[in-house]
Amino acid sequence: MTYSLRSRTPSSGLRTMLGASLLAVPLVAAATLATPAVADDEESVLRIVPHADLRNIDPIWTTAYITRNHGYLVWDTLFALDENLEVQPQMVDTHEVSDDGLVYTFTLREGMTFHDGAPVTADDAVASLERWAARDGMGQKLMDFTDSIESVDDLTFTLTLSEPYGLVLESLGKISSNVPFIMPQRLAETDPNTQIEEVIGSGPFRFVEEEWQPGNRVVYERFEDYVPRDEPASYAAGGKVANVDRVEWHYIPDASTATQALLAGEVDYYEEPPVDLLPMLEQDSGINIELIDPLGSQGVIRPNFLHPPFDDVYARRALMMAVQQSDYMYAILGNPEYFEEFCGAYFMCGGPYETDVGSEPLEEKNLDEARALLEQSDYDGREVLILDPTDTPVAHGQALVTAQALREIGMNVRLVAMDWATMTSRRAVREAPEEGGWNIFPTWWLAVDQLNPISNISVSGSGDDAWFGWPENETIEQLRDDFARAEGFDAQMAVVEELQQELYDFVPYIPTGQYYQPTAYRDNVTGVMNTPVPFFWNIEVE
Amino acid sequence: MLAYVIRRVLATIPIMGIVAVFVFLMLHMSPGDPAVIIAGDFAGPEEVEEIRRQLGLHQPLIVQFGSWLGSLLQGDLGTSIYSGLPVTRLIGQRVEPTLLLTLCTIAIAVTCAIPLGVIAAWKAGGWLDRIVMAFAVMGFSMPVFVLGYFLIAGGSMQLGWFPVQGYTSLFVNPWEFLLHITLPAITLGVVYMALIARMTRATMLEVLNEDYIRTAYAKGVPTHKVLIKHALKNAMVPIVTTIGLGVALLIGGVVVTESVFAIPGLGRLTVDAVLRTDYPVIQAVILVFSFAYVLLNLLVDLSYVLFDPRIRY
Repeated sequence: MTYSLRSRTPSSGLRTMLGASLLAVPLVAAATLATPAVADDEESVLRIVPHADLRNIDPIWTTAYITRNHGYLVWDTLFALDENLEVQPQMVDTHEVSDDGLVYTFTLREGMTFHDGAPVTADDAVASLERWAARDGMGQKLMDFTDSIESVDDLTFTLTLSEPYGLVLESLGKISSNVPFIMPQRLAETDPNTQIEEVIGSGPFRFVEEEWQPGNRVVYERFEDYVPRDEPASYAAGGKVANVDRVEWHYIPDASTATQALLAGEVDYYEEPPVDLLPMLEQDSGINIELIDPLGSQGVIRPNFLHPPFDDVYARRALMMAVQQSDYMYAILGNPEYFEEFCGAYFMCGGPYETDVGSEPLEEKNLDEARALLEQSDYDGREVLILDPTDTPVAHGQALVTAQALREIGMNVRLVAMDWATMTSRRAVREAPEEGGWNIFPTWWLAVDQLNPISNISVSGSGDDAWFGWPENETIEQLRDDFARAEGFDAQMAVVEELQQELYDFVPYIPTGQYYQPTAYRDNVTGVMNTPVPFFWNIEVE
Repeated sequence: MLAYVIRRVLATIPIMGIVAVFVFLMLHMSPGDPAVIIAGDFAGPEEVEEIRRQLGLHQPLIVQFGSWLGSLLQGDLGTSIYSGLPVTRLIGQRVEPTLLLTLCTIAIAVTCAIPLGVIAAWKAGGWLDRIVMAFAVMGFSMPVFVLGYFLIAGGSMQLGWFPVQGYTSLFVNPWEFLLHITLPAITLGVVYMALIARMTRATMLEVLNEDYIRTAYAKGVPTHKVLIKHALKNAMVPIVTTIGLGVALLIGGVVVTESVFAIPGLGRLTVDAVLRTDYPVIQAVILVFSFAYVLLNLLVDLSYVLFDPRIRY
């Protein structure tokens, strides 16, 4: 820049500048003259604030619950869980099991088509199951017992086991992530570690790709050619009747804004309003607040089995004696209306495998006994490192309560604050805490993922192959396999009781309580089902 | 002047290069592994490693940087790790809301702040000055989200004039656009307004003490002409500089404002990407913001000639 003393008098300079600052005003005024978009008043639209943003579209590639919910709109399943937690056929018309229990033959319903018009065939089902089984824990277990999956004709395929396995239909009817959705073969042949590039399903709604704005909005339109089953809708089973023309997900990251938007009638349905904002919604008689998911979620405190002190069972038992569920639940939710005072069932209260066998140590905290157990352990006063994801209230509250409890029994505790994304990376580190590892991390699972010993991966004792924390316990693994092989509910329940006693002795993790997430929707919305996964068929909007 | 502009534009290349290296290293050395997040709870180490391989994260940092830079030079900003969509598409969807929110904010702030600053300087020490400055201090001190909620409570819930949240494109429905953008622009504009009003007052006070202002008054020039034509014009260079530099302040406010009012802009895209360590998106957005800021500073520098005839390029 150079300066010159040569005189110049741009008389209009200031006006130009001020005029430029007003650029937006005439721009807006001019544009106002443009023809506004015409809304189709006849179209029924269900406007939802989902619990998270849909960041990826492949429900096999990710376990994210938001992608699972998206999956249920777009894709269909071979089997599905009904409200009695029993598996019912969905895309499957009939199925037979050979006398030796090894060969399952499935025949698909006739007339099903994908959103691109192609018919649904057995080849699609086979390819989809193979891709799902490569990613999902329950699918992997099923494949351990499977010799082959092969198509027989256009609508028939077989699954041949290497030995009897009691959870074939439970696996195919798995209700939560990863759900074995049936995709067109050309998509299902995508590498399981790579996202599919097209969203083509045969479900009741069609994904409107051109209207998808990640971080903002996802749109689904009714798939006119979808043929629902005749039975009434029940959980993921029965007739998935799409009663609205469009389902729109409007992602509003700020809970207060989302609450105001529901109050103002800008949206119809708020999937997960925070409990502390419910009093605002309760003041509006036009808003229903319901516990849509009857099973809720389970808080989880996971110790690390690779390093002291929690490689020692006495230290883990001391941890269990030092805490009680109500402390966690009050810290996370505050309002006892939304949690159980105590649930000692590793496989959830209200679930088919509920039992309180062995749960006495968790029922009430006993600091003296906890200190005595710690004395029996090899704990040498070393620092216990608890990962604390401060951006996630459910996990953060658990971290704080655990730290306080451990300090009370004389442990040297350090909370390491971080965000959730960092925690998901840090918990995968197997090195010692002082070398970047950890001793305890808090998390939670939806109850539908914890309902049985196979789907509940936190109980797995398979060492290096187990979930983060890597506990090794042959008895647990043997009992999980026994459960998989057990035929009939009574036989399964007997195994579960034995297993739960072992779990309370071994302490793979501490269930910190069962709690429920309310959903809020306006009274122009009817037909909302009580389901562990939010489904948007069966719903009408006035 | 053309030579100056070309020189300045060329000078942005090394600046952007440094920003690119800095952003790349900062992101890749920060905690959080997208492969682990993607893999989910069921995955073993082998699957995580496979995902890392597919994303190219297994390669040495320098190779990853070279690959990213090579694509960047060809205009390819990469693909979002999470959505699998091209980053250019994601940014393209988000530019309009942020750009128009920023423009409206600047328009509101500048048209209010400069007159307020001039009045405060003119009545320096008086009650009007005190009111304006008290407003400025309050505006600058109040967190953006608090003001946002306050405006939602008043403008949306009580009066029902404006929607609580969301965004409609100016080019789809201008009236809806105006309704949606008003509260966010005011929210953000108050902070920016306070900054400019304070700077306007300070520089005007300095200019109003100059001899030529006394001369103008002595010659009988009306007060409003002295203030606007003689004083303000000569005070504009530092004010314009503040307007330009204040845009950096706006960027932080945009992120919060877009979250509070659920506006699908670049600010929210950045936050979402950071929470998921979506490297390609974070890198691209920071580059876009940096480039816009560098260009804006160039425009600010060029605008000096409008106010000070002694400045030449």
